[in-house]
Amino acid sequence: MKLAIIYLIGVLFGLGISLGGMADPAKVVNFFDVAGSWDPSLAFVMAGALGTTAVGYRVVLARSAPLMERQFVLPTSRSIDLRLLGGATVFGIGWGLTGFCPGGALPALGTAEPAVVIFAGAMIAGILIAKAIIAATDHRSNRETVRI
Amino acid sequence: METLFTPLQSLTGGVLIGCAAVLLMLTVGRIMGATGILAGVFTPASASDWSWRVVLILGMMTGPWAYSALTGALPVVSSVATPGVLIIGGLLVGVGVTFGSGCTSGHGVCGLARLSRRSLAATITFMASTTLTVFFVRHVIGA
Repeated sequence: MKLAIIYLIGVLFGLGISLGGMADPAKVVNFFDVAGSWDPSLAFVMAGALGTTAVGYRVVLARSAPLMERQFVLPTSRSIDLRLLGGATVFGIGWGLTGFCPGGALPALGTAEPAVVIFAGAMIAGILIAKAIIAATDHRSNRETVRI
Repeated sequence: METLFTPLQSLTGGVLIGCAAVLLMLTVGRIMGATGILAGVFTPASASDWSWRVVLILGMMTGPWAYSALTGALPVVSSVATPGVLIIGGLLVGVGVTFGSGCTSGHGVCGLARLSRRSLAATITFMASTTLTVFFVRHVIGA
């Protein structure tokens, strides 16, 4: 029952990504190409997603617990550090080169388009490499933290 | 390559993404971040922690087929990169989102919806980095 509901939530997400145009690298890259063939559509995806989530989270997070688990699992880190900003920068370079982000690529994988299969394979390799680096360095690093 | 401006369809898609994020929080109390969900598949805390992630991703992959059932065709996935660039870009995305603890869905939607300063900093950074990369590829080296 729980897994069936989670599956349907995934379908809803993938349908939204497909409808919004986030599964299409050409459309995504055009959003960022303000000096060229600009297509502002993705601003509407972001606005719809952010507006809905902001309102919905207010209602849901006012509860003491979710419906099917004991507690909400929310990120606790508040530090804005080199790891966060460096990671975001590197992610942006990859996103700009390919037009695929993880949330766009996972639904797009359902089409079995060779480009997204290649991208997703490399992305998973990247995740595993980064996890290995973090695991190897974490115990001896005291990261510098910049609070703003 | 030009793409069609689709404000209404894109807004609708965005609202559906938001509904999915809200429903995932309501039911299992989790952030709808593609990075965290996917990364957890490889280092699950338990068997049940693995299964919800895999099922959610399978659902996401069914999304284009739900789109096809509604519109009569699968969504367009037109690549802008060669296989070599897809591999380099994929590696960069994988490394970047892991160090950066999230991507467009996790930071850009769920984090901003929670008014997280950390997510705002990450989102501004990757949006700027992506814009500069696209500018460089399309207008500086002119690919």
